[in-house]
Amino acid sequence: MKRAPGWLARSLPWLLLLSLALFPLLAPSLDLDYYVGFIRHLLIVMMAATSLNFILGYGGMVALGHSGFVGVGAYTVVALVDGGVTSAWGAWLAAVAVAGAFAAVIGAVSLRTRGVYFLMITLAFSQMLHHLAVSLSAYGGDDGYSLHAPLLLGVGLDDAHPHVLYWVVLALAALLFTFSCRLAVSRFGYALRGIRDNETRMAALGYPIYRIKLAAFIGAGAVAGLAGALLASHNKFVSPSVMHWTESATLLVMVVIGGLGRRWGGPAGVALWLTLAEVLKLYTEYWRWPMGLLLVLIVFLAPKGVVSLFEGPRRAG
Amino acid sequence: MLKLKNAALLLALCGTLNAHAAEPATPIKVGVALDISGPFATIGAETRDGLNLAIGQLGNKLGGVPAEFLQTDFAGNPEQANQLVNRYLQRDKIDFFTGPVASNAALAVGPALFAAKVPYLSSNPGPSQFAGKQCNPYFFGLSYQNDTYDEAAGKVANEKGYKNMVLIAPNYPAGKDHLGGFKRFYKGAVKEEIYTKVGQIDYAAEIAQIRAAKPDAIFFFLPAAMGINFIKQFVAGGLKGIPLIAPGFSADQDIIQAVGEPMLGIYNTAHWAHDLQVPANAEFVTAFRKQYEGRYPTVYAAQAYDVVMAMDAAVREVGGKVNDREAVLAALKKANFKSVRGAFNYGPNNFPVQNYYLRLVEKDAKGQLANKLVATVMEKHQDAYVGECKM
Amino acid sequence: MDAIFIIEQILNGLGYGLMLFLLAAGLTLVFGIMDTMNLAHGSLYMAGAYIAAQVHQASGSFVGAVLAAIAATVLVSWLLEILIVRRLYPRDHLAQVIATFGIILIADDGVKALWGPSPLLASMPTALAGPVQLLAELPYSAYRLLLLGAGLLVAAGLYLLVNHTRIGMLVRAGASNRAMAELMGVRVDRVFSFVFALGAALAALAGALMGPISAVQIGMGEAILIPALVVIVIGGIGSVRGAFIAALLVGLVDTAGRAFLPPLLRAVLPPALAADLGPALAGIAMYLLMAAVLILKPAGLFPARA
Repeated sequence: MKRAPGWLARSLPWLLLLSLALFPLLAPSLDLDYYVGFIRHLLIVMMAATSLNFILGYGGMVALGHSGFVGVGAYTVVALVDGGVTSAWGAWLAAVAVAGAFAAVIGAVSLRTRGVYFLMITLAFSQMLHHLAVSLSAYGGDDGYSLHAPLLLGVGLDDAHPHVLYWVVLALAALLFTFSCRLAVSRFGYALRGIRDNETRMAALGYPIYRIKLAAFIGAGAVAGLAGALLASHNKFVSPSVMHWTESATLLVMVVIGGLGRRWGGPAGVALWLTLAEVLKLYTEYWRWPMGLLLVLIVFLAPKGVVSLFEGPRRAG
Repeated sequence: MLKLKNAALLLALCGTLNAHAAEPATPIKVGVALDISGPFATIGAETRDGLNLAIGQLGNKLGGVPAEFLQTDFAGNPEQANQLVNRYLQRDKIDFFTGPVASNAALAVGPALFAAKVPYLSSNPGPSQFAGKQCNPYFFGLSYQNDTYDEAAGKVANEKGYKNMVLIAPNYPAGKDHLGGFKRFYKGAVKEEIYTKVGQIDYAAEIAQIRAAKPDAIFFFLPAAMGINFIKQFVAGGLKGIPLIAPGFSADQDIIQAVGEPMLGIYNTAHWAHDLQVPANAEFVTAFRKQYEGRYPTVYAAQAYDVVMAMDAAVREVGGKVNDREAVLAALKKANFKSVRGAFNYGPNNFPVQNYYLRLVEKDAKGQLANKLVATVMEKHQDAYVGECKM
Repeated sequence: MDAIFIIEQILNGLGYGLMLFLLAAGLTLVFGIMDTMNLAHGSLYMAGAYIAAQVHQASGSFVGAVLAAIAATVLVSWLLEILIVRRLYPRDHLAQVIATFGIILIADDGVKALWGPSPLLASMPTALAGPVQLLAELPYSAYRLLLLGAGLLVAAGLYLLVNHTRIGMLVRAGASNRAMAELMGVRVDRVFSFVFALGAALAALAGALMGPISAVQIGMGEAILIPALVVIVIGGIGSVRGAFIAALLVGLVDTAGRAFLPPLLRAVLPPALAADLGPALAGIAMYLLMAAVLILKPAGLFPARA
């Protein structure tokens, strides 16, 4: 039974976008300045999570090394800033390209394996990148690298202004989200899902399995690189801990609790997980076990993620 | 009946309102970023215990003014430390900051704090950047500069007449800094400089290298779990005959407590010892052992205790007017508090000019393992980066 | 670099490999037979180490401590199996990863509440605390020899159990075709419970034995879980034989990377570059090995499942 979504459901994303866009203007009068930065961080992580959700949910590729690409993006910005680059767009684009290139090489090798082997080989590559970053004394190694000079956004703006960066991040996140929704219902998206569900049949139908998976993997890596670059601008600081394996695991966790292969899965998972961590840490040093319990409960009670709890009988796209 | 209840409620409400009215509108806020989980959890716990002891002694006040100490865990992750500091600055509007254990977290949060003009009193890390080129009037390296323990250890190695040494540290910038500090003062030959993986579990290969090199002594900087793994395996491997020298972090009470007997006889250097003959220190150690089940305090607890006392003195000096940041900075710089390490003075880069001592792990009268102060290695020693600081 | 040094390093590599095998054996058993990815295996390892350290401290008996650790951990794992893991068997790997990651978080906080955040004192039995003279020029840690022996014993024991006993036969039957085995009257759920308990016992044994030469602290399970996972993946998931060979390979490669690579690089590269590159390469040697193996054999050296 498929009903056309009502006007409320259709306008909800726009309302959300509008309220998010207005938030920085209202925040000072409500004494919520801190939450501008907090939401900015959420939006950036949501981009990384959405890209992971694309290959994980639609492509069935369980990658445990996604934060490696986030790190590559962040370190590309560091390298360019260290070399004297001042354009934000230039640095971010380069981060996308470099992360995409890394994803191409890593994907080309990793996609020869499947299942747990794929999970482990992606983990191995991100561990290598982590070790490399720790040893890179030119960019601070384990100490990390502070970005002192702001990156220029053109028309007299730069990424040091918290609201400007917020709107840029919001716009990019919204664009990316729309794009990933469109891509999911495109020929490419259906092919990817077909491969996830039955690879043999798709091969028999003449689809180039390996190339489709690799293309998705490269795209996801590039988007993660963008998230990393924005994270560098957001924190004004980059350290190897962005690509620690637990960061990859957390991304994976957020996507799964949000809703695997559901368009709102990534954003919902990120918002739930990071907000919960923020709130719990306010009250107790024992903030891990409630989150662990949440994971166990979600696996048993909402195996399709929290987003599925809000869906009607409709199947999500 | 209902009326009576309401009246009582109203009265109680008035009572609490009155109690609030008696205090100043907003208490002084101190942001503490704790490493209570993650790689430095032990040191983070020591820091917290030192802070809480001082806070308790001062009755939750700084300079007689009510103070609120916000304590939040950031799991040793510098990005999370950054986010936490933003919350402290924008949401809680803190007046002081302290807490992180590791240099990378300090370097990550420094710029935001300096921009917001919030004094950062370091309860442990003293990165060379903040002592030198990136020094800042809002940073107070109340503890030590990272290299100084190693410099003292280098001097000890000379005095003991070691001609050939093997140095070992994890492969990250702090590791290289620490070995650099040692080499700055050590005059003998370095037979081998070994850098190990961060978070390494097995040290058999390195121990074999050390055996093959046949050094007079070994200098090792391996903090937290890495140090525990290394010493346990080193002693089991039958190298007990080769003396070990370490900066205090690799042989402090937290490590001693986890390794036990194999720690006996390890020489280490620090700016403080629990048996340092200073009245304030005797008070501190007694109070600490009373509050925490007879445990000896570590350097980290002592430093954290000093941090709170330094804040207390500064707030008293400015008469509670913490919004006058210039005055607060001047008061902090005066450091008019009874440090557990004795007289306390800052150099021009806001890092202490202080004595460094040699300690030896021994058994105390009750058979408990602890560091014993053996000698003063350096008097009024200043770090090597002070010249690079333009402040 | 003389012969003694090379022999010692080979011994070190084998020793480290066997340590990893102790942990990997249980992991690969549970994984291979029940197709269940249990990240909480590291938490069981931590539990073993903590309990052994505590009991050893209190009683003074090392053997007693190891046995108590195994017994208590098996008990904990039994509860874990009934409450959570049993329901995960029919689920996909991702659900298993997420739920057992949740268990790690709960276990870490639980251990902190029970024992505090500081590492625990775990000492060696006095008899084994020193070195023994293996060769004239080569003293070697007696305790490490014990670990070597324990690793070999576990390997042999598992081989016999899986291939030459009735229980092993039931286990293999349940693993290869659950429905068929159940039709033939095998209580597969009981077999699975047994295997999970066995895996927990091995994890506890590994933790109890590793405690005296490593830091017994929160997070110790996660730190060693990654190399153990690398081992079972290289070996081919589910293959005890594969895990054994892969563990030795990883131990040797990792040790060689640390022992021989830095001097080699210093000989050919400028010192600054060599100083940066040496430890970095040594750190990733294990992962390079895994990537290389998987490129040539995408399902590991000895794939157990078709």
